[in-house]
Amino acid sequence: MIVWRDLGRRLWHGTVDHLDPPLLIITAAIMSVGLATVFSATYDSNNRLIAQFVNMAVALGLMWGVAQIPPQKLMRFAVPLYVLGLILLVLVFLFGVKVNGARRWLNIGITRIQPSEIMKLAMPLMLAWYFHKYEAALKLRHYAVAALLLVVPFGLVAKQPDLGTAILIGAAGFYVLFFAGLQWKVMFGLAAAGAGAAPFLWHVLHDYQRKRILTLIDPTSDPLGSGYHIIQSTIAIGSGGTTGKGWLQGTQTHLEFIPEKHTDFIFAVFGEEWGLLGNAVLLLLYLLLIGRGLMIAANASTLFARLLAGSITLSLFTYAFINMGMVTGVMPVVGVPLPFMSYGGTALATLCTGLGILMSIQTHRMLVKK
Amino acid sequence: MRRRHDPFHHQDGDLERFRFRLGFAAVAVLAAFAVLFARFVWLQVVQHDYYTTRAEGNRISLVPVTPNRGVIVDRNGVVLARNYSAFTLEITPSRVHDLEATIDAVSELIEVQAKDRKRFKKLMEESKNFESIPIRTRLTDKEVATFAANRFRFPGVEVKARLFRQYPLGDIGSHALGYIGRVNDRDLETIAKAEQEANYKGTDHFGKTGLEQKYEFHLHGQTGYEEVEVDAGGRAVRSLSRTPPVPGNNLMLTLDVKLQQITEQAFGERRGALVAIEPETGGILALVSTPTFDPNLFVDGIRSDDWDAYNNDPDKPMINRAIYGAYPPGSTFKPFMALAALETGKRTPQQTISDPGFYNFGGHQFRDDKKGGHGSVDMYKSIVHSCDTYYYMLANDMGIDNIANFMGQMGLGQRTGIDIEGESEGVLPSPAWKKKRFKKPEQQKWYAGETISIGIGQGYNAYTPLQLALATATLANDGVMFRPHIVKYVTDSKSGEKTMVEPAPIRHVPLKQQNIDVIKKAMIGVNKEGTGARAFAGAEYESAGKTGTAQVYSLKGEKYEAGKVKERMRDHALFIAFAPADKPKIALAVLVENGGFGAQSAAPIARMVFDYYLLGKLPKGAAPEDEKALEAEE
Repeated sequence: MIVWRDLGRRLWHGTVDHLDPPLLIITAAIMSVGLATVFSATYDSNNRLIAQFVNMAVALGLMWGVAQIPPQKLMRFAVPLYVLGLILLVLVFLFGVKVNGARRWLNIGITRIQPSEIMKLAMPLMLAWYFHKYEAALKLRHYAVAALLLVVPFGLVAKQPDLGTAILIGAAGFYVLFFAGLQWKVMFGLAAAGAGAAPFLWHVLHDYQRKRILTLIDPTSDPLGSGYHIIQSTIAIGSGGTTGKGWLQGTQTHLEFIPEKHTDFIFAVFGEEWGLLGNAVLLLLYLLLIGRGLMIAANASTLFARLLAGSITLSLFTYAFINMGMVTGVMPVVGVPLPFMSYGGTALATLCTGLGILMSIQTHRMLVKK
Repeated sequence: MRRRHDPFHHQDGDLERFRFRLGFAAVAVLAAFAVLFARFVWLQVVQHDYYTTRAEGNRISLVPVTPNRGVIVDRNGVVLARNYSAFTLEITPSRVHDLEATIDAVSELIEVQAKDRKRFKKLMEESKNFESIPIRTRLTDKEVATFAANRFRFPGVEVKARLFRQYPLGDIGSHALGYIGRVNDRDLETIAKAEQEANYKGTDHFGKTGLEQKYEFHLHGQTGYEEVEVDAGGRAVRSLSRTPPVPGNNLMLTLDVKLQQITEQAFGERRGALVAIEPETGGILALVSTPTFDPNLFVDGIRSDDWDAYNNDPDKPMINRAIYGAYPPGSTFKPFMALAALETGKRTPQQTISDPGFYNFGGHQFRDDKKGGHGSVDMYKSIVHSCDTYYYMLANDMGIDNIANFMGQMGLGQRTGIDIEGESEGVLPSPAWKKKRFKKPEQQKWYAGETISIGIGQGYNAYTPLQLALATATLANDGVMFRPHIVKYVTDSKSGEKTMVEPAPIRHVPLKQQNIDVIKKAMIGVNKEGTGARAFAGAEYESAGKTGTAQVYSLKGEKYEAGKVKERMRDHALFIAFAPADKPKIALAVLVENGGFGAQSAAPIARMVFDYYLLGKLPKGAAPEDEKALEAEE
């Protein structure tokens, strides 16, 4: 009996030891809201509730698996994963499959993969590893090399063109640099240079990207074309009012006025049906998630873990901010899903892998100290 | 010291600085979320009403419900224009990516002929891109079912139930009825001018000619509205409320369509026109212009081969000769000349002239048709036997100003104001007219010699059959003129209230009754013992008439011989008449283009019209040609 009980306890601990209850609870809460919203967005025609539930289960399993891997071992994945990601991106650049005018996919026989997704995690892993390695004697050239490691994949993804993902990859890398101690004056200097280069950048942008920025400034300039998304989503959210139209009651949603309503524009569905109150709750949930992530980063025991946790957490923020910003018309439409809300297995898998890393960092902390 | 110089590395402060930056990041996150929250408040609280309105505007669409067009019936209630419901297959070009491919695909299910495609293209050029345009009309039930089963394959293509205009009698009376066709830019201007834009939302047909055009705003009705909830694709999801349309008003005509039909048949293959008027009211009993056309062909947009056939026909079936064609009146002008002579005191009925068969004026000999002349001719004889010399002299005695003044009072050379569009003015010759008509000073001068031929209805004289009929009706009605009209009354579709058209006379021509009686007596004589006697032999009523022959081609010095002149060069035959002579119920003018002598081809048609209208007698067949009539003619 004692043996059995012991085995049971060990099994239980083996299962939950490396999960972080606060992160798990907050994530589960957001996912529940997400499921309800996906149901509302898709039940009219092609219900995605079950599919999204399966996606979430798989993603959570992935999270659990990653959480078991201690950070020291994760470090070993950094270089191979980054190199793999880079090679795949180059292959996409050379042989990628064009879908809707963008070369984002790579055909590997059985299925198509989107290598830029790998980079979202490979980038912070790589840079955190790099700074960890040179922790003792960081010099300006190390920042320069890190910047190069950041810019090459960013450029490849932006060229596909997939500005949304490129920004997310770039942001993840930048956060590592920021937490690693990149000097303020360097950052301000770069920002100033960036502002100076804006007119030049304007020429580099693709037509559709320029159009999106232009329609952001004035969505009514192209109400039936690229302005349509923003106009319809702001109408949805604005008409939601304080308390919303009620679950399954959004007219903009159910009469098909919101494009991409179960993926990138799911926040419009949520905002229409749940109103300002719902939005406030959702913002609060994201804040709690980010807050927990930052706490984990603050308490992490190695530089690698700190940088990685900080970057992953701020990436989650970036996803949420850009998505809600674009749906409410304060950011350009760049095609970023809303974390744990938007329908889609790939994004969920990446996000949950990130969460798994955070949990690993948190739960392996004591072991490292011992 | 070394560390101090390395700006990138302060090992002791590493963790502290990291935590400071975490704190900074936390503040940045809070600030960013505060911005988002502010945006939410802006959209959902401050601008809430605006966006609610926008969302409702998205959701709710006002769909116009077109009213049924008014029905047109003749004076006996025979339906001349009505509506029937039919299914059409329609394409909205703006919602279709590849139009050709779509039509090809559709034609695998439902027969689409080359002419259907042609018509579709023509309609597409004429209409706005977002309108749905018929590719096929009058679908069978089977075709409707076949398409319905495959509808999902064809976004932008749909079957619609539409009301179509139908003219059950086909080409009978088509010049009076006119037709409707699809709304074009010119119609839109008309609609805008009448401030009817809102009422024409959803209407795609408009009266183009005839009564359909003139009474468009009566016939159209009041458009209703249905409030429907629509999805982003514009498809109606459910109906929220409905304001029913008010059907258009119905027209009751003065026209007797049976009379119209008999008259059109009497013309046979011949080109010409007949206008029959009820003298006491001005109501048009028959308005014939041959050849006619089938208005049904125009309703769904006329096919190009049909249009070409009408357009290239040398007989010009689309021209309404009754109101647009202007012809010299020939000898039908003489009774009015005689009346003018009596009114101006230039002649008395008893005054006689001696007719040698010609009249010399200014070194030119004006010839009478009868060789050797009519001998001693008074006013009665001048009309009954149509003596030209009498009128050459009379015209000279009266002068052009007196003639023009009097004929103007009788309504000649001016638009009558009939209730259909397309009337021409004709020509009432006068020095003033000539001055306006010509540019060169030498052409502008009026020569006294020109007045002579005016006296026998030739020269510059040119009047529409309608004007001649109106003048005849006015004479028959002792000088009281009514505006000619085809619509008797308009029935309000809602209240059933009838609005009469023109119940009051528009003009009293100041004529002495004794003078009128002289002319009427002479015109009765025409049909009894003169040029109209043959056509009216054995009539059971007393009628009054006057034959006429109008020169199309002037022959110099030769005797006119109908057989030797090409058909198109032959004279036009005319006849004016009214009956019964003592209390006229009907007055008319007939014109047969290139018909030769009026007595021969025009008068028999008048006889047929009177026989039917006064006695209900149907014609036995075409009137036999009679060579003897030629002798009596002029």
